[in-house]
Amino acid sequence: MENFGNALRELRRYPSAMAGVIVILALVVFAVYTMITIPYAQAITLWRGGADIWYRLPRNAPPTWVNYFREKKLPDTIILNSANGGAEKTTEAKSFGQYLIDLTYTFDFTYDDFPLALVLYFTPTYKEKTPFVSITWTTPDGREIRLGDFDVPTGTVFRFEQDERLQRRLRRTLGDFPAQIALFMQPDSDPPLPLKGTYTLKISTVAFEKGSDLDAEFIAYGKVYGIAGTDHLRRDLKIALMWGAPVALAFGLLAALGTTITTMIIAAFGVWFAGWVDDLIQRITEVNLMLPLLPILIMVGTFYSRSIWLMLGVTILLGIFGGSIKTYRAIFMQTRESPYIEAAQAYGAGNVRIVLRYLVPRIIPVIIPQLVTLIPTYVFLEASLAVLGLGDPVLPTWGKVIQDAQNNGALYKGLYYWVLEPAGLLMFTGLGFAMVGFALDRIFNPRLREL
Amino acid sequence: MTQSAATLDTAPVESSSTGNASTLARVGKYTLVRGVTLFITVIIGVYLTVLIANMGGYVDNIRRGEIREQTSIQVMNDPALKNLSGDEKRKLIEKQIVLSEKRLGLNQPFPIRSFRFLRNALTLQLGRAQLMTSDSGSRQVRLIILERLPSTLLLFGTSNLLLFLVSLLIALGLSRRYGSLLDRAFVALSPTSAAPGWFYGIFFILIFSSLLHWLPFGGMVDAPPPKAPLIYALSVGKHLILPVTAILVSAIFVSVYSWRTFFLIYSSEDYVEMARAKGLPDGIVERRYILRPTLPTIITSFALTLISLWTGAPIFETIFNWPGLGRTLFQAVGLFDTAVIVGSTVIFAYLLAITVFLLDIIYALVDPRVRIGGSGGGV
Repeated sequence: MENFGNALRELRRYPSAMAGVIVILALVVFAVYTMITIPYAQAITLWRGGADIWYRLPRNAPPTWVNYFREKKLPDTIILNSANGGAEKTTEAKSFGQYLIDLTYTFDFTYDDFPLALVLYFTPTYKEKTPFVSITWTTPDGREIRLGDFDVPTGTVFRFEQDERLQRRLRRTLGDFPAQIALFMQPDSDPPLPLKGTYTLKISTVAFEKGSDLDAEFIAYGKVYGIAGTDHLRRDLKIALMWGAPVALAFGLLAALGTTITTMIIAAFGVWFAGWVDDLIQRITEVNLMLPLLPILIMVGTFYSRSIWLMLGVTILLGIFGGSIKTYRAIFMQTRESPYIEAAQAYGAGNVRIVLRYLVPRIIPVIIPQLVTLIPTYVFLEASLAVLGLGDPVLPTWGKVIQDAQNNGALYKGLYYWVLEPAGLLMFTGLGFAMVGFALDRIFNPRLREL
Repeated sequence: MTQSAATLDTAPVESSSTGNASTLARVGKYTLVRGVTLFITVIIGVYLTVLIANMGGYVDNIRRGEIREQTSIQVMNDPALKNLSGDEKRKLIEKQIVLSEKRLGLNQPFPIRSFRFLRNALTLQLGRAQLMTSDSGSRQVRLIILERLPSTLLLFGTSNLLLFLVSLLIALGLSRRYGSLLDRAFVALSPTSAAPGWFYGIFFILIFSSLLHWLPFGGMVDAPPPKAPLIYALSVGKHLILPVTAILVSAIFVSVYSWRTFFLIYSSEDYVEMARAKGLPDGIVERRYILRPTLPTIITSFALTLISLWTGAPIFETIFNWPGLGRTLFQAVGLFDTAVIVGSTVIFAYLLAITVFLLDIIYALVDPRVRIGGSGGGV
């Protein structure tokens, strides 16, 4: 253990190792933060919930921060819901049992491009008589545009550019443009330029029953969204990118630990008992080296289940009799002859005790660097499986984001963020562990240290 | 034993010394033993594959269902059987199904069938694909796989040989100039090899195909394939650049690092110092005193690289749309084409075994312990 403490102290002398340690710590903090802020169940609903949950977001939108690198700012998505204070709401009782409900949405628009679409989702409350709305749009330069007057039964969705009457009216005054451009453009600009400033959308409602109410959600679908962007299903990539961290860390750590420790113990038993046990282990290792890991994982994924935990189990199982057994064997062979083992035997220690308490601990310094360098291998293995379409069916992971991007031709369409974000995180993780592993290798192998 | 006898016969023609003949005999015997061991290993490996692929009889049920469907359609649509009553037709269908299952051996218990599968797999009778066809239109799994094998060999052969030679040369150069800026750069960059080749492939496609439009996104030749052989070769070469570079970049730093370290350890041995003190030129010291004793290790590590790259092929080829064995496996997974999946796995096992076997022979030729007859070495 003292040895180990020394090694850790020595690690400080390697700048790359320190960078790696910081990366790993950052990842662990990130993973814990993710699991606390977005609990598992919530992440699954958000990622696999269906269109009901994702409708608010634009499709294939790059993250908001791309605007920092652009001269012309792309519009962000604007979501205003009167039900949670996105709009100013006034209710006024009139004669004959009528009520006037006014919803006023006010927002700033300071972008150099037009939104993708404008939509109003209505949630009316009524028993028999549906409320009636009149919608007006006020531009920063004070023009007032009538958008429409209609009944709103439950489930009404008003899509601006799909409304024939609105489009006809706009064509007469502003020219032949879809509503989301016509409403935001400077009049008589060609090609159309957006008019920056404060816009107002007003919904005046007449309700005909006592207790009747109306709420509406206004969404101006932008061309960028959030910190991570969205994919082809309008899903927020942030969820997958965040949840990818705990999944990758768990898979990498468990697989690396599982394979190294079992391999080490098996190698130790083989060396200690020698004879046919050793022979058998050697032969199994040779057969196992002949089994191609990836095709077998592919077969298991295709025929049995794609659960990440099953994949992990198979990986560990196939990794137990891996090539490293031979390295460990060579080291154990030397250790077996040590006098302290003889001493242990002399005082009557049993076989299992000698293997687990005397042989195995001796090899730990050799194993630690290997273990750390193995982690990124398994992290990338999980990503590889996901890219092959064998990712876990439920969990959002980095590899699955890459696969979605690959399947939807992200690189061909220029949606680079979709590939770069998960790939960057994978690289970050891989480099972090690899840098620490390489430094540990030099510390624990004195022969390398001199060089 | 015939093999070693043959080598014995030819040996005296090449060299009159008896020492050489016995060396060849020993190498021959070693090769034979390794060959037999590896073959047994392949048999066990393939049998395990068959067991996994069988997935507790599920595949058989799929096939039984297919047989039932096919026979039913056949009987129902046969104009000659139109006059039979529904009951008679049903009986006929049942009879036909029993016959088909017997013909395919589905009526036998699994342990017996598993050995027949094993024999078929080992003799490369890989059966017929359910959905996939080869480019020439055949449903034979063997033909599908053999058709794709050359492109896989081309890609991975080229890149592995390049990787091997380039990193060896760089490592030798660096071990001479140990501590230089370049040397430290390689050491610092070695952790980047944690990412696999396909990962770098994505970045390269992004930069060189998507952004710069210099190189194709993927595939092996232009579409339509050029007719003239020279232009065809040039087109293939152009498509090779990105995947080969991706493999090189993903593996070169770590292999240069490990070999440079290796050479450094060996060049600090006493006998190397001695050779230097004698005033031997650097070239000779390098070749005879450093390269020669490290050769077996270099070959082992080459073998391990090869093996790991074989298994990495499915993703790599998919990313680059390379029409090789790996992508075939990937497509087969998508189509649930069991025959092709099992066939590919068997071919992978064979390829691994052949790689290991060839390297074993080379190993035997360079390892003095095998040649002179000390305790036998192995990979």
